Amino acid sequence: MKSYLTRRALLRSGIASGASLVAAGTVAAQDGPDPLIIETQDWAMFTGDAVDATPYGMPIRFEADVIRRNVPWLTADPISSINFTPIHALDGTITPQGCAFERHHSGAIELAKEDYRLMLNGLVDQPLIFTYEDLERFPRENHVYFCECAANTGMEWAGAQLNGVQFTHGMIHNMEYTGIPLRTLLNEAGLGAAGDLADKWVYVEGADASSNGRSIPMEKALDDVIVAFKANGEALRKEHGYPVRLVVPGWEGNLWVKWLRRIEVTDVAVESREETSKYTDVLADGTARKWTWVMDAKSVITSPSPQQPITHGNGPLVITGLAWSGRGKITRVDVSKDGGMTWETARLGRQGDTKALTRFYLDTEWNGEPWLLQARAMDETGYVQPTKDQLREVRGENSIYHNNCIQTWALASDGRAENVEVS
Amino acid sequence: ASGAALGLGRPAFDEEIAAWDVKVLPDGRGLPEGSGDVWTGDEVFAEYCAACHGDFAEGRDAWPVLAGGFDTLDDRDPVKTVGSYWPYLSTVWDYVHRSMPFGAAGTLTDDEVYAITAYILYSNDLVDEDFVLSRETFGDVVMYNADGFIVDDRPVTEYPIWTGEPCMSDCKSAPAEITRRATDVGVTPADDGSMAESQMEKELASLGGVE
Repeated sequence: MKSYLTRRALLRSGIASGASLVAAGTVAAQDGPDPLIIETQDWAMFTGDAVDATPYGMPIRFEADVIRRNVPWLTADPISSINFTPIHALDGTITPQGCAFERHHSGAIELAKEDYRLMLNGLVDQPLIFTYEDLERFPRENHVYFCECAANTGMEWAGAQLNGVQFTHGMIHNMEYTGIPLRTLLNEAGLGAAGDLADKWVYVEGADASSNGRSIPMEKALDDVIVAFKANGEALRKEHGYPVRLVVPGWEGNLWVKWLRRIEVTDVAVESREETSKYTDVLADGTARKWTWVMDAKSVITSPSPQQPITHGNGPLVITGLAWSGRGKITRVDVSKDGGMTWETARLGRQGDTKALTRFYLDTEWNGEPWLLQARAMDETGYVQPTKDQLREVRGENSIYHNNCIQTWALASDGRAENVEVS
Repeated sequence: ASGAALGLGRPAFDEEIAAWDVKVLPDGRGLPEGSGDVWTGDEVFAEYCAACHGDFAEGRDAWPVLAGGFDTLDDRDPVKTVGSYWPYLSTVWDYVHRSMPFGAAGTLTDDEVYAITAYILYSNDLVDEDFVLSRETFGDVVMYNADGFIVDDRPVTEYPIWTGEPCMSDCKSAPAEITRRATDVGVTPADDGSMAESQMEKELASLGGVE
């Protein structure tokens, strides 16, 4: 089988077979004056598209490979399934909504604002029904947070499996949300009836057939959880919960209930399907952790990576990637070129936001030497991202979720990178 | 919570709450009137469930296995079913009632859900063939893995050992060697999403999906 990555690498470098990527990429020396410069090009002579051509635009066609992809064998059908954000091709931190990953349990439903209702019930003073219009009248906040699926990197527990950062780390997106603090809505219904809040829970569920009900402890509900209706400036996309979703900063994506229809204050956790059968983490001895809500500090190099081989030959090279932590801000990212023997500290694109993606860069030089590339994140708690072997030592290989291990890319002298594990 | 209410929204009617608040708690609170026996469950399961989950809840193709897998949780490839893994019976009733059958959720009557749940319990040898499940008998069922779960202990078992100034040089006793390669597995989708059939079967056999 010819892998997608190999073929794409070949397409990029404009060669069919044989010659190395480095040779193809090394076109710095020009035989003569560049016709793109000395000959007048069409775009410099004729007009482009009018302003009424594209009321709502899509990326230019040359970026057609920056798309969500799925892995058919992962799930029994494509409705209760996952796809992956093309993080190999993105930069900065904000994920374009149109290629931000999806995870549904009974498909992406279409729910109009006029049909939308939100119920607040349970241990509240006054059970309430809100329309979408009602929600827009509450005071709003803006925050940027990452949403990472609990299963991100989950296929890699037993070994190096998928050859591309989109597939190994792409169950993630990072958006600027506009919405209402959940505490504001709970306050509207009144929490007097709940008594002591310390041992109370909030059960949240969606309007879709799967419901995706999850239990959240009251302390978190009153802290930073948001009932969101805008992302990256515009309405949520259908597949991301239009018109209203829950944003649960730092916590596993499954809790970010989409098409949110009901919020209930309860005296116990519901122990729903999504927090018993699923999103529980089996340890080596057969017992399982439940309520593993937080996503720990993690990072990955997005370029070079299997889908982003080096095609420009020797010399200056930008190593870049993403780091994030559900426990606060990223304070530092280290990069290794020798599989973890030595490390150098990378530069953050800008100061990390709490519980949000942070971009890092290592501006360096590559001269065709094979590297074993790794990134290692640190967050403001002092937690250092562990290796896969360290995680396995504590958890075994069957926990499925919460794999935040250090990823290794083997960079070959021809510029290609491969997903590997190292000793 | 603090701050004055804004007076937005309207009171919910009892009928509205009853329509949407259908959760069932681990202690059985929320279960409706009704009942169902194993043999009725066998018939209902055959009609609505067996096409995906198999006649004996053993699962077809890649669809979830609902029965069996006992004592496999510490195996290399655990088989996590209602019988071998799920801690609470309430979850079975609740999930079947609200979200099954896949593609036609919420169409089962309460009695049908009781019967299907009874049949799934029987398929897992957790009840006898003459068992009738109802709100009254709900508490008699002992789930096999009820004690199999611990609350997230990462703050104790992980955070202390992975916190602190990390090593920057001479961090390994020997140079790193490649021990595993993704290209040896060969399961990454091609541009058109295709993948060799044998590879797909190999992976379905050896890996759990994201579900």
